[in-house]
Amino acid sequence: MSIPSLSMEGKTAIVTGARRGIGEATALAFAEAGADVAICDWVVEGGELAAVAERIEKLGRRSVAVQVDVSRKADVDNLVQQAMDALGTIDVLVNNAGISSGTPFLEMNEDEWDSVISVHLKGCYLCGQAVGKIMVEQKKGNIINIASVEGLRSVRRTANPYPSAKAGIMLLTRGLAWELGPYNIRVNAIAPGAIRTEMLRDAWSDPIASKILEGLIPLGRMAEPREIANVALFLASDVASFVTGHTIVADAGLLAGFQSPPHPDDVLRLASQMQ
Amino acid sequence: MSIPSLSMEGKTAIVTGARRGIGEATALAFAEAGADVAICDWVAEGGELAAVADKIEKLGRRSVVVQVDVSRKADVESLVQRAMDAFGTIDVLVNNAGIASAIPLLEISEDDWDLVIDIDLKGCYLCCQAVGKIMVEQKKGNIINISSVFGISGHPACVAYDSAKAGVISLTRALACNLGPYNVRVNAIAPGCIKTEMIQPLWSDPELLAALERSNALGRIAQPSEVANVALFLASDAASYVTGHTIVVDAGLLA
Repeated sequence: MSIPSLSMEGKTAIVTGARRGIGEATALAFAEAGADVAICDWVVEGGELAAVAERIEKLGRRSVAVQVDVSRKADVDNLVQQAMDALGTIDVLVNNAGISSGTPFLEMNEDEWDSVISVHLKGCYLCGQAVGKIMVEQKKGNIINIASVEGLRSVRRTANPYPSAKAGIMLLTRGLAWELGPYNIRVNAIAPGAIRTEMLRDAWSDPIASKILEGLIPLGRMAEPREIANVALFLASDVASFVTGHTIVADAGLLAGFQSPPHPDDVLRLASQMQ
Repeated sequence: MSIPSLSMEGKTAIVTGARRGIGEATALAFAEAGADVAICDWVAEGGELAAVADKIEKLGRRSVVVQVDVSRKADVESLVQRAMDAFGTIDVLVNNAGIASAIPLLEISEDDWDLVIDIDLKGCYLCCQAVGKIMVEQKKGNIINISSVFGISGHPACVAYDSAKAGVISLTRALACNLGPYNVRVNAIAPGCIKTEMIQPLWSDPELLAALERSNALGRIAQPSEVANVALFLASDAASYVTGHTIVVDAGLLA
């Protein structure tokens, strides 16, 4: 026996929503661990996605970058085709693409509701299905869905579609683990807590609000996206060989406390009172 | 940046209930990964525990062997003292010692109830407290409590075991909150069907084994090393943002 390894040498991966944040960190983590990585995002202007592809190639790995709206089947089929053409197999799929929403429930319009649910939940279905079919033929594979602590408890104390979609992703993960288990495919999810990404910039860029937020977290800090990527590496590796249908909560203990954290508005109100 | 490592080089660990099964596999996995490991069990006769220590030392690591009933405070304090005397620090504690029991609630005697709760839950509290105090002083540490799928979805036949294992999950969450500010992460593992002596009657019969295998998404039962590997992950920096969590290692049994 030797020390179990998180190496992805010889493996191929698709990471959606890889332009920035957790997706970018995960794509790069897999590349550093030895994988060739196909990446996509629905935003390709601005060069961020291309920059990630470049960094993957500088690590000596192959990459392909595709513009994809994961809620559109034609886009997803194109992504999978391009990944297969470039990489030949798909060993790991990381369903990370997602958008946030801050509109109060009583004002939420249909389009915004549909859009959030589609990108998060339907995206997991479309990518999971397209790649799942290939993994079944391969008789091997690994799927990792990025959920959120917001899908487990009402962290923001609102009924916007983001938590509903993230909760849906966790149940989809369970059922998909059952369906694909017989084909040597493991399916898991990660529920990140407060991560230092663009999506949460308002929370962590205010010095007092971020201090209050950090005070609610047992480890006393927000995560770097790389810390979530490391959990994805674990799930994709043989170290997690008996783990499937599970959601790993990577939140530094945010949800381990007795109550949901206060609403961000309350945090900001407290912050302004402290000035 | 490089591949995150599960090396335990330079680290020290205590693993309770290390005579066999998950405890033995975990003690050996940590030793192979580079740690010095103190091991204990309430059964010291028969040589099994000594044999595990032997294997640890053959791997070039230091080991300490202690006979311990984890439900007795004096035993636990002795374990911690011996580990500190030998190693000087305690980086990782794996609370694995446990017994099973399959007696329905309407029949289980007080003594049988107490025994399961004492070993499986009180033992976890006593070890976590004794080692936790040291980890707080060190301002670093890692605690891994072995719970069970039965602690999440209680099996009707095993109410005392279910209750104790559920208690371990709750203890894990609270302790993670208490110790987080001191750079100590606390997590649990809830194993499903693992090929250990604890459930030997279930897997040594071909028909019962087939039923166990059908009960999860991967169609097989696990080797104890597959649980030990998850403990290595939790103890490593790859899990730096994971605390208060119970990782279910059950091949989808509860999915």
